[in-house]
Amino acid sequence: MAEVTHSTSTPVVELVGVNKHFGELHVLRDIDLTVSKGEVLVVVGPSGSGKSTMCRAINRLEPIDSGTIRVDGVPLPEEGRPLARLRSDVGMVFQSFNLFAHRSVLDNVTLGPVKVRKVKKAEAKDEAMELLSRVGVQDQADKLPAQLSGGQQQRVAIARALAMHPKVMLFDEPTSALDPEMVGEVLDVMVSLARDGMTMVVVTHEMGFARKAGDRVVFMADGQLVEQATPDEFFTHPQSTRAQDFLSKILSH
Amino acid sequence: MRTLGSDSGFGELFKQYDVLGAFWVNIQLTLWSALFALVIGTVLALFRISPVGSLRWAGTAYVTVFRNTPLTIIMVFLTLGVWAQLHVTLSDDLQKNFFRLAIVGLSVYTASFVCEAIRSGVNTVPVGQAEAARAIGLTFLPAARIVILPQAFRGSVAPLGSTLIALTKNSTVASVVGVSTETSSLMKNMLEFNSSLLVAIFLTFAIGYVILVIPVGFATTALSRRLAVQR
Repeated sequence: MAEVTHSTSTPVVELVGVNKHFGELHVLRDIDLTVSKGEVLVVVGPSGSGKSTMCRAINRLEPIDSGTIRVDGVPLPEEGRPLARLRSDVGMVFQSFNLFAHRSVLDNVTLGPVKVRKVKKAEAKDEAMELLSRVGVQDQADKLPAQLSGGQQQRVAIARALAMHPKVMLFDEPTSALDPEMVGEVLDVMVSLARDGMTMVVVTHEMGFARKAGDRVVFMADGQLVEQATPDEFFTHPQSTRAQDFLSKILSH
Repeated sequence: MRTLGSDSGFGELFKQYDVLGAFWVNIQLTLWSALFALVIGTVLALFRISPVGSLRWAGTAYVTVFRNTPLTIIMVFLTLGVWAQLHVTLSDDLQKNFFRLAIVGLSVYTASFVCEAIRSGVNTVPVGQAEAARAIGLTFLPAARIVILPQAFRGSVAPLGSTLIALTKNSTVASVVGVSTETSSLMKNMLEFNSSLLVAIFLTFAIGYVILVIPVGFATTALSRRLAVQR
């Protein structure tokens, strides 16, 4: 993977000195991080390390206490219309899918383009069907989310995010709520996205995905960025003792 | 006109007094008030879940005041205060004026219960739904309109039904503001002039309301099952 070009191109996401507390708990400590265009950044770490919070902070689903977050060079606005506009450029895939439960699969994908981007309905539908085919759920278009398996729902959620033509996609533990046999189908879609050059921030426990599609691995613990490396380096020669400890626990099985 | 004797039979009563007409007045009061209460209550619920602090405060204040004030107090204030003293008139026709005042009173009172019913419905919608709506770039109002409220309404059918039932019965308080054609006013007249038929008269109205209210209960239970959002 071409690391060198990544570091020289414009950062799509930039975090500078980001701090956040949940009450007494200091969940993000002085986070500095940049994600370049086309880069696939995989965030790993033990639960409670702040990786989900960091991911959610990038589109301000979690407001931060101090520091700066820039998306495509623009600092995150406070609430309101400018923030909504920025969010429309940032795709988000949640652990629990969060498809709109009262709307059909197709509506889930067309809703953003129609209501936010003001795309014509017929046009949005055509593109939605293309996206649904791309993630392999075109036959489910008229069903309600609850009628789909978890893996299918998550693929629809990815299509919903893609329909907005995002500059970056955030994945907040996209496979953690899935039955094991459905993890593969979702990861396959993510790998193909990565191959197509999508800029991605992926919080995950799937080390296989990190090796296969990741350009860079970031290891977090106790709200800090402890270590960054290429997947190969990270998995074969972790530098910090905490990363070594973490890897020994998850890779020993 | 009316015979002032207490000897008229039960069947005669229905010829002398327009019992069905009186129920129709209450049904009209109920339907109009339900409509306005639903609109005001929805707006209040939006206030209470909005990201703007002052709106949340206003919504909470409204609900706290109107939910805890007896309906009779609101109704008396509307007639003797707002109409008689402040001369706010809703129609030149006196009966129409009272009818509309009653709808105002019932609506502002019931709106607070509607607001809380919808808010309980909002609580049935997982936080992730709102997060997903915001994540695709919807601002508060579109997110509420397209994603949150449709699911919240479907989750609040049962409490809204209870509110409608309470409203139906509360519509009799309209007698306080001078709506003399509604059921409790008519019953008062009938009792006054037919002392031998007290129990029969009471049962007529009691059963009338049972017949009116029970289908509402059944309908809302059935609806809330049918409309429940699959998760």
